[in-house]
Amino acid sequence: MTAEQLYGLCGAGLVGLGLFGLITAELPLRRIVAFNLLGGGAFVVFGVIARRGAAAGLGGDPVPQALIITGVVVGFAATALAVTLVRRLHEETGTTKFDQDELPPETVKLSDATLSGGNP
Amino acid sequence: MSLLRDLFTVLMVSAGGFCFLAGTAGLLRFPDALTRLHALTKADNLGLGLIVLGLIAQAPGPLGALKLVAVWLLAQLAGATATQVLARAVRAEGRDSP
Amino acid sequence: MSAALILDACLVLLVLAVAVWTIAARETFPAIAGFVSYGLLLAIVWVRLSSVDVALTEAAIGGGATGVLLLGAAARLTDRAGRRPAGIGLRIMAGALCLAITAALAFVILTLPDPAPTLAPQAVAGLPATGVGNPITAVLVAYRGIDTLLEKIVLLLAVIGVWCLTPDDSWGALPAPWGTARQDDAIVLLARLLAPVGVVVGVYIVWVGADDPGGAFQGGTILAAMWLLVMMAGLIAPLPATSRRLRRVLVAGPALFLAVAFAGFAMSGDFLSYPPAYAKWLIKLIEAALTLSIAAMVGVLVIGPAVRKR
Repeated sequence: MTAEQLYGLCGAGLVGLGLFGLITAELPLRRIVAFNLLGGGAFVVFGVIARRGAAAGLGGDPVPQALIITGVVVGFAATALAVTLVRRLHEETGTTKFDQDELPPETVKLSDATLSGGNP
Repeated sequence: MSLLRDLFTVLMVSAGGFCFLAGTAGLLRFPDALTRLHALTKADNLGLGLIVLGLIAQAPGPLGALKLVAVWLLAQLAGATATQVLARAVRAEGRDSP
Repeated sequence: MSAALILDACLVLLVLAVAVWTIAARETFPAIAGFVSYGLLLAIVWVRLSSVDVALTEAAIGGGATGVLLLGAAARLTDRAGRRPAGIGLRIMAGALCLAITAALAFVILTLPDPAPTLAPQAVAGLPATGVGNPITAVLVAYRGIDTLLEKIVLLLAVIGVWCLTPDDSWGALPAPWGTARQDDAIVLLARLLAPVGVVVGVYIVWVGADDPGGAFQGGTILAAMWLLVMMAGLIAPLPATSRRLRRVLVAGPALFLAVAFAGFAMSGDFLSYPPAYAKWLIKLIEAALTLSIAAMVGVLVIGPAVRKR
């Protein structure tokens, strides 16, 4: 087995782990962490493809490497937006769980009041 | 000459690695947060210092060596601050005395 | 099996173990600590894959900025995981699905075509025309400049999205990222000592990015980290979303990039084309402006919007 294949398998495993966390995690923040884990794995798989394209004195194909850098930055932007959404949800309702049955009744009322108060 | 230099690097980096190992053992085995911090910082500062010392022998020039020393100094600064902040947080929570 | 391959295998096992810990940890805080270590370990993986540029990005953004963002959110959210985790049936089905996806990806990895397709020779051949020596910087700002331009727009949209989540009665208020933080002497000292050094390092990383690993993203994120550190120490106040100064810095990079892109029609007959005589200086100018904008965008995204007044 070559080092590239080894890291490729590592990336494949990370994608699986991240997806599992994304599906099964209970708290939205943990899902965001799992989503980033998944992204890291996908980038490693792509990075292995870049590494295999080593030529012309370079350690890897610069085109996929540049795309990975762009991907990391876009992933960060998406994460920041998701985290802010979760924080705002927590600010409004005191919880971040989506399951309405688990909310104490008064917090639901509070959220309804704030939502309608926002649109006079 | 080059063999001697490589030997020096191997020795110093191994000694540094051993320090990290000792620090990690302390992190896992010591009873409370403050002693764990103590083990980590002592071992890590010395460990990183030894590794940097070993790598300076392989540095391409004085500028490269200077960058390595800068890495060590910055890590010292950050490590010392993080330890202070963590230790104060532990004290504020009153977890330092059983 | 060579010694290097054994070390690679150890690194892969470590990355996978930290990933499992991050997913399986019961409390959120240790999980995020695991995620930060995961980002730093991935940076080492990138060095092993000969992508030092990506390693710098992963360490700065994947481990650093995302880590601060998640830790800040975890400190505010009071939720604990409930007593009943996802049902066992869902877990088995999700596990089977994820195993199948991993197996499919592994199959693809093991059967990749040989010799691998590559654009490296073309990227190197075009380098003299751009005047930069780092082929990745050339791809980012010249060959695939449109991607980088659109990515900056995505970052700007994320900033607007984050600001849109400000509660109505708090618009224009200061974001209070570490509102309850006590003024800790140690952090103040660190901010005073490290911030000047960090700014020099950030600018240096952008400057060497023209010819060596480094670039606007990596340097900009270091500048953002220094901005955040000085705010964390309470030495300067965060800027509100209504600050004109902040908004100008945010759009400076993308605006200059767009202006140069449109000027390409007049100067060399196409969108985003640089006249060869000025290519190097135009690229450096764009990178400098982008660095400032990236620093501002990353900082704003980590701080988040103003919170509701109590």
